[in-house]
Amino acid sequence: MFQPLFRHSSPFAWWKLLSFVLLLYACVMGFLGNVPRLAILNETIRNLYFHVPMWFSMTLFLFVSVLYSIAYLRNPSLRNDTISYSFAVSGMWFGILGILTGMLWAKFTWGTWWTKDPKLNAAAIGLLMYVAYMILRNAVEDLDKSARIASIYNIFAFPIFIALIYIMPRLTDSLHPGNGGNPGFNTYDRDREMNLIFYSSIIGFMLLGVWMTTLYIRLQEWKNKKDLYTKEPVTHESSLGN
Amino acid sequence: MPLLRQIYLLLRKECILEFRVKYMLQAVLVYLIGAVLITYYAFYGRSGDLSPSTWNAVFWILLLFSSLNAAARSFLLERNERFNYYYFVTSPAAVILSKQLYNFILLTIMTLIGFAAYTLWMGNPAQDIPMYLFILVLGSATLSAALTLIAGIAAQTKHSMTLMAILSFPIVIPLLMLLLRVSRQALDGLDRSVLWDDILLISGIKLILVGVSFLLFPYLWRN
Repeated sequence: MFQPLFRHSSPFAWWKLLSFVLLLYACVMGFLGNVPRLAILNETIRNLYFHVPMWFSMTLFLFVSVLYSIAYLRNPSLRNDTISYSFAVSGMWFGILGILTGMLWAKFTWGTWWTKDPKLNAAAIGLLMYVAYMILRNAVEDLDKSARIASIYNIFAFPIFIALIYIMPRLTDSLHPGNGGNPGFNTYDRDREMNLIFYSSIIGFMLLGVWMTTLYIRLQEWKNKKDLYTKEPVTHESSLGN
Repeated sequence: MPLLRQIYLLLRKECILEFRVKYMLQAVLVYLIGAVLITYYAFYGRSGDLSPSTWNAVFWILLLFSSLNAAARSFLLERNERFNYYYFVTSPAAVILSKQLYNFILLTIMTLIGFAAYTLWMGNPAQDIPMYLFILVLGSATLSAALTLIAGIAAQTKHSMTLMAILSFPIVIPLLMLLLRVSRQALDGLDRSVLWDDILLISGIKLILVGVSFLLFPYLWRN
């Protein structure tokens, strides 16, 4: 899916320039543009441009990671596993940034860094899944085995993750904007200018994330190559876990 | 051999093995009942002080840890040689489905006995007991579906007990949140029509878990 993107390692590839332009636009206009005056939200509505794209990008990267995990199980090549792992790492970073931007917003709107809101706690548990995934990867020495069982866990956890982030918070009342009668970020509250900034921010952050991931993939591939020549081969005895 | 017959034979094998080494089932039960007794002493017999939601929360935490303990060993008894043998005579689908079914039976027995013990020592504020029992069985089914594949993953590593906990907590917490809420509603004796949404969601997640394990186990199996 992203293979053509990986081949362009030039820093001036069209989509990298596009990401730069879109993010520049989103950052400048995000702080300077006009926003509607809504109760509770007021000026903090600008966080929409930075907080929400994090979650969209995170979902996209974790989904790509699962796709490459499936590809790994069908065709066990180290490259598929590296791509899957790198996208999971990127997804995790965007999730952490999403939580941090959300916390900053919550401090100014709700007056506290953390509440028992279902969306916040679901996000924290969701990240815990990927922490467990990283631990699992490091717990097994044998590269093939580590890649195989980590892919399996990645695929197994993803449906629960989606249910946790997107379905379960909608079943309970929440203080989060857009839930429980709070003014939300639905299409009626946004004017045309806001939509433009919002969408360019989403696309910009997604492209930036893919760019960062391609760099990380190349780094991992060099590391794998180095390990191949310098590390002692893993013997059967040392990887005998069961 | 048809799939159902394979599952039946593997399940029978599990039950026979369980019956031969009785200490396994006993160990699981003693773990849960011991935990119930610890709770009893921790509250020192003042079970009347417990609010229904605390009663419910403590019971589910006990159930979670004993189910983890019970499910973690589902692949530890299988040695590599025996897996090689299965490889020739059965399909991976039969192995994972029989393990899930077996864990479901084990967890249900454990949960029901645990419920009796918990009622004995800690009292029972449940108002809709048949519904509560149904949710306990549904919970055992969901937990067994989630924990069996994770036990299989963890069994492939060196520190399987530690990893079992780390890997299963994030997966089980969402399920536990749903189960806690729906069992709390049964505890309060709400009208049953209120509960169906959550019960459907839990059953849906269970079906997804069974389906995904069914698809993934063939890859896990290939050593």
